[in-house]
Amino acid sequence: MNRRVVITGIGVRAPGGAGTKEFWELLSAGRTATRGITFFDASPFRSRVAGEIDFDPAAEGLTPREIRRMDRATQLAVVCARDALADSGTAPGGPDPHRTGVSLGSAVASATSLENEYLVLSDAGASWLADPGYLSPHMFDYLSPGMMPAEVAWAAGAEGPVTMVSDGCTSGLDAVAHGARLIQEGSADVMVAGAADAPVTPIVAACFDAIKATTPRNDDPAHASRPFDGSRNGFVLAEGAAMFVLEEYRAARRRGARIYAEVGGFATRCNAYHMTGLKKDGREMAEAIRAALDEARMDPTALDYVNAHGSGTRQNDRHETAAFKRALGPHAHAVPISSIKSMIGHSLGAIGSLEIAASVLAIEHHVVPPTANLHTPDPECDLDYVPLTAREQRVDTVLSVGSGFGGFQSAMVLHRPEVATR
Amino acid sequence: MAAFTLDDLRRILVSCAGENDGADLHGDILDTPFRDLGYDSLALMETAARVEREYGIDVSDDDIAEVETPRGLLGIVNDALGADAA
Amino acid sequence: MKPPAAPSDNPVITGLAVVTPVGLDTETFWKSVLAGTSGITPLDRFDTTGYPARLAGQIRGFDAAEHLPGRLLPQTDVSTRYALTAADRALTDAGVTAGTLPDYDMGVVTANALGGFEFTHREFRKLWSQGPEFVSVYESFAWFYAVNTGQISIRHAMRGPSAALVAEQAGGLDALGQARRTVRRGTRLVLAGGVDSALDPWGWASQLAGGRVSTVPDPARAYLPFDRAAAGYVPGEGGALLVVEDARSARDRGAPRIHAELAGHAATFDPPPGSDRPGGLRRAIELALADAETPPDGIDVVFADAAGLPALDRAEADALAAVFGPRGVPVTAPKTLTGRMYAGGGPADVAAAVLALRDQVVPATAGTRDVPADYRLDLVLDHPRELPVRTALVLARGRWGFNSALVVRAPRP
Repeated sequence: MNRRVVITGIGVRAPGGAGTKEFWELLSAGRTATRGITFFDASPFRSRVAGEIDFDPAAEGLTPREIRRMDRATQLAVVCARDALADSGTAPGGPDPHRTGVSLGSAVASATSLENEYLVLSDAGASWLADPGYLSPHMFDYLSPGMMPAEVAWAAGAEGPVTMVSDGCTSGLDAVAHGARLIQEGSADVMVAGAADAPVTPIVAACFDAIKATTPRNDDPAHASRPFDGSRNGFVLAEGAAMFVLEEYRAARRRGARIYAEVGGFATRCNAYHMTGLKKDGREMAEAIRAALDEARMDPTALDYVNAHGSGTRQNDRHETAAFKRALGPHAHAVPISSIKSMIGHSLGAIGSLEIAASVLAIEHHVVPPTANLHTPDPECDLDYVPLTAREQRVDTVLSVGSGFGGFQSAMVLHRPEVATR
Repeated sequence: MAAFTLDDLRRILVSCAGENDGADLHGDILDTPFRDLGYDSLALMETAARVEREYGIDVSDDDIAEVETPRGLLGIVNDALGADAA
Repeated sequence: MKPPAAPSDNPVITGLAVVTPVGLDTETFWKSVLAGTSGITPLDRFDTTGYPARLAGQIRGFDAAEHLPGRLLPQTDVSTRYALTAADRALTDAGVTAGTLPDYDMGVVTANALGGFEFTHREFRKLWSQGPEFVSVYESFAWFYAVNTGQISIRHAMRGPSAALVAEQAGGLDALGQARRTVRRGTRLVLAGGVDSALDPWGWASQLAGGRVSTVPDPARAYLPFDRAAAGYVPGEGGALLVVEDARSARDRGAPRIHAELAGHAATFDPPPGSDRPGGLRRAIELALADAETPPDGIDVVFADAAGLPALDRAEADALAAVFGPRGVPVTAPKTLTGRMYAGGGPADVAAAVLALRDQVVPATAGTRDVPADYRLDLVLDHPRELPVRTALVLARGRWGFNSALVVRAPRP
């Protein structure tokens, strides 16, 4: 079976806005939402900027019990899943709970709650041994992140295939791809798919401090994320979530659903090179792009916009530029390419789904969001990275790519369903 | 005499990043690129962080990103030690 | 789009490797499983005085330096060391070396329920007792759930479609299901399975906090699935990795052996707690049988999830009786010897099932004696049972409602 898959609902929580509308307003205005870290005392850290969300779970309709047991990332995922279902006009459970599933991406899952539990359990790090008298009922929930997709499944009324895809920083792209695959092959009819991460917490900040992957541009937090700019020096850690309702195309048409875009093709490859490093040639990302286009039965020239990984580390930006040239040929120089991480930072496993949301909204509005803070491009990043200002233009087909620790390289083609394929 | 020697570097490198079974660290490696010795940028960052803590010095991230050989790293560390002593 | 392979052309298992408390290699593992040799002993990785539960299935005699390059040791958690070792051996078993297949034709799919937890515990401690500058550069990836997939991919230059899945203790079977899916879509080989370990003090405390770990102090009586005295499970560490391969490709390259066909897989999820809708395990079984084009009477043995808690045991027994009829199929649970290995448990059961196909013998469920009659289970007890085994069903459930079912079939002659 090879069925077509479309996106019919979107839910977003990102720095700088409460929902899909605010998210798109921020992106299309080229505004940034990164700031000095307020969630904890960041003074001992090398990088002290982040994309934080002003998120009030009670105001978002979560009950005190839900707030108590769910990690922040889970809260974000559940709220977005509810929004996506409402947006799609799909009741929880869809037409058949048995044919409804969940594919949730996350890179570091319940990091925030794990760290909170650790501080209590270890007496703020003083003790290696755990106090056997302190066994909080939720410790297991944070140890093993299966709780996250479970909570989304409960919110979505899903009793079909439910899983978490945890491919590091490509999780958000790969989770949506996995959801689409299950519909395509006939294992489900409706998938609530997307990703969430809430990593603005000391342990995760320390991880990236140690390898100097995050930016030390602490004196100018609003302009700290500078993908493709010659002055960039690392990414900005962020949190966020985006969830989608994916449906089989004909069923969506039959019920008169609003169709944002079709998931045309996707692919993932590994670079088998280094857990954090990237080869300059972009070979594996290029291969993922080619495979995604091939599945969508499209040539590179069909692409109206490329949503880049664009993390703002030197090695990424050059790797990615090489990959685009390798995979898209001359069209790499013609197609507008931008990174929304310039505005909302890099929310690890979640960002791939937020970038899919941005891609889909670009199609919806015929607008290409810009790369903020791009004033003086790195001469080695010599493609059209859409500096500073959004562009109104025809957008029917978008490529979104991701790259992550572990060597994962992923690509997805999204397009209006009526666009012709070869 | 240098305060930070090749032997110090060997010890810290192996402790931080493990022994590379394919390369002999005990020979004359002063000018052998770290890459050929099997040590990548993470290994050097970990090593630099340990040296900073053990010797109470600061070395610049850019210097560590650029350094290619043990001789280069010894130079950076000993410069920092000298600067501290001055 | 690329058409999927014909359903009759099932991917095959051409390599397997276990790393478990009862054996670090396949034959030792299988001998222990048939002999009923238990790997459950008092946990001795740290002082467990005061903990309500103190038994675990621990891997012993594993010297990582014997198996892995020195450069990998400082950057890996114990669970990743197990995974890398199992990956090596599974590929060796399958006769795959560098250059056997093009890089993009080989993928890696691992499941992970706990991450590199002992490693991350040490780094949390450094952060909070010393400061951020003490945190290892390796923490950024030694902890995260994709670590085993990434490290295996790098070590063996496997650049094809790859993933890391999390579904608590059901994830390991899901990883094999994903491998089946990936091979059927055109990737020639996928190394898949799962390995877990979290036997440091924090990991242990967190496991106990889950409320399902047995507090019975006698190693022989602590984990008794389907027994009237069932009182929880014993945590274990380890798992298995298997080489899943396109059948024609395996034949073409002259794979040394075809262990089994990976004939079917399905995953479902239970309704929310408190719902009066039925649980999803029965549906997972039925969907996996349908995927394998196998009627219930085509299944010769079931490797049960065997939760070891009365309500969950009863639910599994009911699902089996509903699909296969009362006492309709031999059921066993060799994981009573290893403890529950989280994402590693399902793949280790698949390894045992494959060996049961090979040797035409079903291992026993260790310890369990007194099975309530109304479970209507034909549980293999006391001794292995010799019988014709052509097709086996393996089940795994994860906390919160994950159900996964997988069918393996003896290779066609």
